[in-house]
Amino acid sequence: MTIPTKSQKDDSQLRQKTMIARHFDRLAAAPETGEKNVYTFVPGNLTELLLSFDLLPVLPEINSLQSAMRGKTAEYISIAEKLGHSEDVCTYVKSDIGMMKSGNIGPTGQRLPNPDLLLLSYTGCFTFLKWFELLREEYHAPVAMLHVPYQPDGRITPAMRDYVVKQLKDDIIPALERISGRAYDEDKLREHLKLSAQAEDDLVWVLQSAKHKPSPIDAYFGAVYYVGPIFSAFRGTEGAVAYYQALRAEIAERIREGKGPVTPDGDIEKERFRVVVEGPPNWTSFRQFWKMFADEGAVAVASTYTKVGGVYDAGFRHDPSRPLESLAEYCLGCYTNLGLPTRIEMLAQYVRDYEADGFLINSVKSCNSFSAGQLHILREVEKRSGKPGGFIESDLVDPRYFSAANIKNRLESYFQMLEQKRLGGAA
Amino acid sequence: MSTEGTPLSALVERADAIYRDYSLATVRDWKARTGGLAVGFMPIYVPCEILHAQGVLPVGLMGARDDLEIIKGDAYYQSYICHIPRSTIELGLSGRLDCLDGVLFPAICDVIRNLSGMWQMLFPDKLVRYLDVPQNFEPEIGGRFYRHELDELARSLTERGARPYDAEALRASIGLYNALRREVRELYALRQREPWKVPTSELYLLLRASVVIPVQDATQMFREYRALIAEDASRVPLDQARVMLTGSFCEQPPIGLIRTLERAGCYIVDDDFVQVHRWIQSDIPTDGDPMQQLVMAFLQDAMASPTRYIDKGEKGADLILRIRRSQAEGVLFCAPSFCDPALLDQPMAVRAVERHGVPWTAFKYSENTGQFQVIREQAGTFADSIKLWSAV
Ligand code: SF4
Ligand code: SF4
Repeated sequence: MTIPTKSQKDDSQLRQKTMIARHFDRLAAAPETGEKNVYTFVPGNLTELLLSFDLLPVLPEINSLQSAMRGKTAEYISIAEKLGHSEDVCTYVKSDIGMMKSGNIGPTGQRLPNPDLLLLSYTGCFTFLKWFELLREEYHAPVAMLHVPYQPDGRITPAMRDYVVKQLKDDIIPALERISGRAYDEDKLREHLKLSAQAEDDLVWVLQSAKHKPSPIDAYFGAVYYVGPIFSAFRGTEGAVAYYQALRAEIAERIREGKGPVTPDGDIEKERFRVVVEGPPNWTSFRQFWKMFADEGAVAVASTYTKVGGVYDAGFRHDPSRPLESLAEYCLGCYTNLGLPTRIEMLAQYVRDYEADGFLINSVKSCNSFSAGQLHILREVEKRSGKPGGFIESDLVDPRYFSAANIKNRLESYFQMLEQKRLGGAA
Repeated sequence: MSTEGTPLSALVERADAIYRDYSLATVRDWKARTGGLAVGFMPIYVPCEILHAQGVLPVGLMGARDDLEIIKGDAYYQSYICHIPRSTIELGLSGRLDCLDGVLFPAICDVIRNLSGMWQMLFPDKLVRYLDVPQNFEPEIGGRFYRHELDELARSLTERGARPYDAEALRASIGLYNALRREVRELYALRQREPWKVPTSELYLLLRASVVIPVQDATQMFREYRALIAEDASRVPLDQARVMLTGSFCEQPPIGLIRTLERAGCYIVDDDFVQVHRWIQSDIPTDGDPMQQLVMAFLQDAMASPTRYIDKGEKGADLILRIRRSQAEGVLFCAPSFCDPALLDQPMAVRAVERHGVPWTAFKYSENTGQFQVIREQAGTFADSIKLWSAV
């Protein structure tokens, strides 16, 4: 992923761009080179394990969001709905089905190979289960299922960890051995995990840089680019380590220069509002949506969406000394796998730690995992943080549910309210 | 011929009254009589035997109908989320569920999952347990995990004031629930053979009542019902289409919808309603380690469901088997609006029935749907077309 409008691209962006291009080149060439690929999900992804078998990860969620950014999803969703997929269900799934039916052209315009394996890491979202059942029917590919239990009480019990580790040993690793034709190499896995932890340290530094005033980053819109490598095919690679080092250096520079975040339309000159954001962004009108914030001088200083692929700022790191246990804990700890009370506490903590003026929930129609309970979250976080919450509704990749005028109105009223509160507080 | 004023109608009315009673009078009476705890559970399945063995009354919470005014529940849920969580919240916040000492939330979808967290916060003095269920069905993997979940459930009930876990008591409870499951199976089998004798609108009321009253009473109710319909000569076959209804395993349709389907010319010969007493498909052995027997039954003898990951065999094979067994001539895909498990599964289920040449139609409902005109027309046309085809 790259921020396209900046004329002078930062080193980190160029690195990311190159990494992505190479990855999709390899995927496109896979039918000729014989490289094997594994479709899997962002939450609970086992990238290091796949890499240790030299398998190429494919993330259908990311393909869907990229399709939305390229303006393709209206058509894809319509294809899926015509095939009988309900208008009520997650649009990521329908976009993916529509993309497949349209030739499986991925984000770089190249054709994606059919999956050699569907690694169903069932973490934090029920839809995943059905999504890969649907793909299994379409591709006739084998499925390896990893059931990751939910954390209703905000803690990982030994029973949960053992259950996941046992599945890794008995089901997942043998399935990867079969597909790759290689034996499990724990030392190689450890090497990848070591690299993951290094990149994770730098990512956390970047995300926490938003505690500065002004924040040098936008931790929602901007940060979706920052989490790109670590949430997708690159965690555990040298490339990701180098990317996060470069990114960290750039952000450190921005802090030194007292700069605010970059947006598609340039730097935010004055940080007027600091907000925490819950929920995924809308991808079909991503830049328009971002601009609605940027025009008001609103900067996201923390977000939960950037934790769906791992809650690293709470301290978790992949640990090469306990490879499978650490992968299990990683899966168990992803944001949407956390109980509502934990999510609420996390948001309230963000509001406090990042000295936010308020928080906003973007509730997406597609996603019960995120959205069911968000009105309760709204009230509870308000209560605990003492800061006002705002609530907007859209969808991830279905343009029919992005009502720009409506959302803009709501945001403007919300920011006005923050302003009045501030003035009232100052009086 | 009318059955009004007969013992049969009295029995159905009793079930109807229990189904309609949002304030759970029978549960309150039971508690007053026995001093025991009562713990609610959300769809689809929890091992009620464990609760029963520890002296706890399991109480199925199946949402509401269109006569429950949602005052607070809508403030908790967006319009694009199914109805059952908001009616459950409404019932809870309005005090109607106060007689419950806790609620169990089995892992069937993200809505129920997130509701468990809300319940924890809204009712901090009650027992709230998310009951995770394995999607891995190997005894040494998923079985071990599930065993731990069940042991924890038993422990948490004791912590709450229930009797401690006792293997002998659990064996006895399994025996009682086996008897109840047998009765339900018998009734389903009878309906398949002679659907005119067991209108689904009656069976449904009995099922709804059966999740609220004690297990022996439920068994007795089904037994009595079977005896009474056997005596009832007024129930004669009509020219109706035999259909299987699928998709309604969590949020339940209003009784009016079922009546509408029957009036539109359908004999419902199999369905997904209130599956808790059918989830385990045969008797659970009452010897050995009873907790482990519950685990094994869950792993090896549970119904196929869109909420479970099934990796063996052809997708939809269970559905086809049920269609064949019940000799259904068509399928009604009847799912709640916004229900992820049902609606994500549906395209695959549709393909399966199409592969086997079974006609189908689909519609959605909400538990508070009050208007059935469109569904009546759709089901009527569907039933007519089935009858037409079977006549040629
Ligand atoms: S339901 Fe939500 S978490 Fe699941 S795939 Fe869709 S957007 Fe992702
Ligand atoms: S109706 Fe469907 S989506 Fe709603 S709670 Fe039940 S299973 Fe979940």
